[in-house]
Amino acid sequence: MAKKIGIEVSLAISEAVKLADVDAIAAYPITPQTHIVEHLSELVADGDLNAEFIPVESEHSAMSVCAGTSAAGARTYTATSSQGLALMNEILFIIPALRLPVVMTLANRSLSGPISIWNDHSDLMSVRDTGWISIFAENGQEAFDLTLQSFKIAEDHRVMLPINVNIDGFTLSHVIEPHEFLSQEEVDSFLPPYDPPLQLNPDKPVSMGMVGIPEIYFEAKKAQDVALIESKAVIKEVFQEFGEKFGRTYNVIESYRAEDAETLLLTMGSIGETAMEAIDIMKDEQGKKVGLLRLRLWRPFPVDELRELVKGIKTLAVIDRAVSFGGTGAPVGGEIRSALYSTEDRPYVASFIAGLGGRDVTIKDFMDMVNLAEKMETEQEVHEYKMIGVRE
Amino acid sequence: MAKNFSEMTWKEFGLAFMVTNPGCSAEYRTGDWRSQKPIADKDKCIKCGVCYLSCPDGAINLAADGTYDFDYDHCKGCGICATECWTGCISMVEEEN
Repeated sequence: MAKKIGIEVSLAISEAVKLADVDAIAAYPITPQTHIVEHLSELVADGDLNAEFIPVESEHSAMSVCAGTSAAGARTYTATSSQGLALMNEILFIIPALRLPVVMTLANRSLSGPISIWNDHSDLMSVRDTGWISIFAENGQEAFDLTLQSFKIAEDHRVMLPINVNIDGFTLSHVIEPHEFLSQEEVDSFLPPYDPPLQLNPDKPVSMGMVGIPEIYFEAKKAQDVALIESKAVIKEVFQEFGEKFGRTYNVIESYRAEDAETLLLTMGSIGETAMEAIDIMKDEQGKKVGLLRLRLWRPFPVDELRELVKGIKTLAVIDRAVSFGGTGAPVGGEIRSALYSTEDRPYVASFIAGLGGRDVTIKDFMDMVNLAEKMETEQEVHEYKMIGVRE
Repeated sequence: MAKNFSEMTWKEFGLAFMVTNPGCSAEYRTGDWRSQKPIADKDKCIKCGVCYLSCPDGAINLAADGTYDFDYDHCKGCGICATECWTGCISMVEEEN
């Protein structure tokens, strides 16, 4: 067993970025992402990482610089949170349309207002349709591993799309966890240097980002959508290869003690750790037939895998960390209802919103949600979504 | 003329719809949306070439007799040539269609 090192998750991510030997980093500090790029700036300043670190005046500029460096053929990284992501918004759409494999860590934080620096998933959900691949890490080890795998996925010529790796702000970014690092030799054997299929190069000029007249725009969007959908096969391939090489295998949806379950919880991000503890108590002490699904891949949405995993399940309780104001469902819950609607014998989907703006989601909350979801299933209660843990 | 875009499927465009042969807009008729076009009274032309130098789109070509012709496939009708012409031999007229 390799040596485990106790280190803050943000610094572990910086180490992964260093091991990936990125060429360019452009970032603007924002809580709770700051420690990641702060440490990267130190690595560059100390000569430990041979990369351009480009400090910018805003996140809009950070993402614009990333577009430029990636287009020039540089392996490019950035990180942000919340309002910073919101400020990047315009350029977030451009990056996948130009098929640029930028990797970004999102230390998930709620959006203002009220002003909040604490964790939920409202920042990512606000950029859901920008066309990025979105992956969730549940703990520091996953964040380290997924950061490395993201470069390989994004830069695969069959993919050529940007990726955001989501880690819960503070809950992950600021905690010290044991991590099993990979050596530079191990990373080099897994991640080859970036070989751009097309790049801005005066010796072989191309024009990027041309106008999409009505005769072209629709076809461009179709091609982009297909590229994102088809990236799932490469994501699974890279997860597989990483597992074979280093012994830690990832799936687009992780399943925990779901065999023989009648009720499944479904989470994204770090609350999955608490949910696993709740599942253990309910299974081992209460004899309940429950299990857990952890959605790792949010975009492209793993619709086939989800349908397979919920076969024979009576109740599926989906926990969202964001609100789609005035909508018919919470972001994940609504998506899952939509994915299952046309399938036969679909489970009853109870859609819950919990843990907004850093509110803790406790073991008891998960147990309450399982019981509530089962009661709602028995009564076939018609609902859009319910907020759990809010004072009524 | 290059292949008509409106006949191509989404699979036929390259990665990110990038243009890999820069300058290829010369292969397309880009002046179709012009609302006014320049015409020249060549009797007044002194062959100075100011129109040729000032055209932002390279849509004015040297003719065999030393005067200049308009490339109506690419002229956008901006009128800079008519404004800059020293002798006033260029005027802008409404496109009929």
